[in-house]
Amino acid sequence: MSSEPLVKLTDVNFTYDRRPVLQGINMEIPRGKVVAIMGLSGCGKTTTLRLIGGQLKATSGEVKVNGQVVNDLDNDGLYALRRRMGMLFQFGALFTDMSVYDNVAFQMREHTDLPNELIHDLVMMKLHAVGLRGAQKLMPSELSGGMARRVALARAIALDPLLILYDEPFAGLDPISLSVVGKLIRTLNDALGISSVVVTHDIQESLKIVDYVYFVSEGKIVAQGTADEIKDSAEPYVHQFIWGEADGPVSFHYPARSFGEQIYKEAARAR
Amino acid sequence: MPANGLTRALQGLGRRVTDRIWRLGFAARFLMATVMYSGTALRRFNLTIREIYFTGVLSLIIILVSGLFVGMVLGLQGYDTLQRYGSSEALGILVALSLVRELGPVVAALLFASRAGSAITAEIGLMKATEQLSAMEMMAVDPIARVVAPRFWAGVISMPLLAMLFSAMGIFGGYLVGVQLIGVDEGSFWSQMQASVDFREDIMNGVIKSFVFGAIISWIAVFEGYDCEPTAEGVSGATTRTVVTSSLAILAADFILTALMFRGA
Repeated sequence: MSSEPLVKLTDVNFTYDRRPVLQGINMEIPRGKVVAIMGLSGCGKTTTLRLIGGQLKATSGEVKVNGQVVNDLDNDGLYALRRRMGMLFQFGALFTDMSVYDNVAFQMREHTDLPNELIHDLVMMKLHAVGLRGAQKLMPSELSGGMARRVALARAIALDPLLILYDEPFAGLDPISLSVVGKLIRTLNDALGISSVVVTHDIQESLKIVDYVYFVSEGKIVAQGTADEIKDSAEPYVHQFIWGEADGPVSFHYPARSFGEQIYKEAARAR
Repeated sequence: MPANGLTRALQGLGRRVTDRIWRLGFAARFLMATVMYSGTALRRFNLTIREIYFTGVLSLIIILVSGLFVGMVLGLQGYDTLQRYGSSEALGILVALSLVRELGPVVAALLFASRAGSAITAEIGLMKATEQLSAMEMMAVDPIARVVAPRFWAGVISMPLLAMLFSAMGIFGGYLVGVQLIGVDEGSFWSQMQASVDFREDIMNGVIKSFVFGAIISWIAVFEGYDCEPTAEGVSGATTRTVVTSSLAILAADFILTALMFRGA
């Protein structure tokens, strides 16, 4: 196995509508590891994931996946690369007009000429891995949030990818489902020898399963390290984030002029 | 200052106009992409057949019932007018020509836009809002080829068939009222219709119209769904726009097509 990281971001900048979303991002996702990208909503972590998946193109800098520069790929090249990636979306993004079975079989039918019997066996293996072999005939509307996330996970590993991208995999889950999904991310990563990038703000669950963490704030990496290093970090932003403090570098108040000045002016206007 | 206010108003107007033109250009490019990526929809025709079921077959009830009632009303109104001139036997011609030339394609298209066009927009819009289209892209499957093109072609294929059925039901409705209820001579009703309705001039032109309307509705419906804001408000706005825009487009296109087809006829 090559020692080169599977994903490497070098000086990546991304600007949307003249607004800088990411600035000078340098990041490495080693092979076989689970790496988390954490930060507040809107800090740029999902954008980073979309740059890796090629859904967005970096304004400058280089995004390299498995030795290929994503920015330089044409549509066919990008699609070829994506066949080696899986992605779990925030709420699963299952195809609502297809059963659980058909959702998992979707990529196999689209990209391979495998006979139906073989597809059936593969789908059963993937569903068994996430504990939902018995749910194969259900429609997505009949699944709980946790089950939908697990089906989406089975769909993401359908073509045995090199890399799985997780966009907020723990959002809106009950504690049991949360723990099940967390364990599955780790187990599948190790059992299948893949690499995983987890974008999340669920600090407690993710620190249990990840090897390395990047903290992103306002489009920049403000801290990085292993789970233990992050837990012990003295960086004020990381401290506030981990302990969920209401005030700190991320202010409780939305920017506004001074309250005293506002009351005085409003009183003067009323007179 | 008034000058500033005027400048701002002009800038706003200019921005709105250029935004509309830009969006129209985008819609045209989207249509080209849909046609270019139609290989999957045509090669794996079962994908398109599935959509024909949802857009065409499930619209049958509303089309057939509406066709029957429109035909029955035509029978009543037509008889009332024709009998004043002593030509009530021409009822068959009036009913048939009204339906195959105009009412069949136009009313069926308006119903199709409300029943199927809105459903297509809402479905694609919700697929976008729930990231199903993004998921498909990440699975290296082009949503234009897999989701948009089969729905587009299903609309284009379904519309002429529905318009024909609408006209057939309408003629049957006219027959029920005119012949069975009022008592117009059955032989005159059918023979005059057969003698006066021209296959190429009347029926084929109606089919061409319904084909064009089908393409317009399907284009607007898939584009609005694909381009909508991925929120509940965005999807509801796009659905409304599909019905309003395609209804107006059908009526405008009908005028243009009628002017081209029947001038001097």
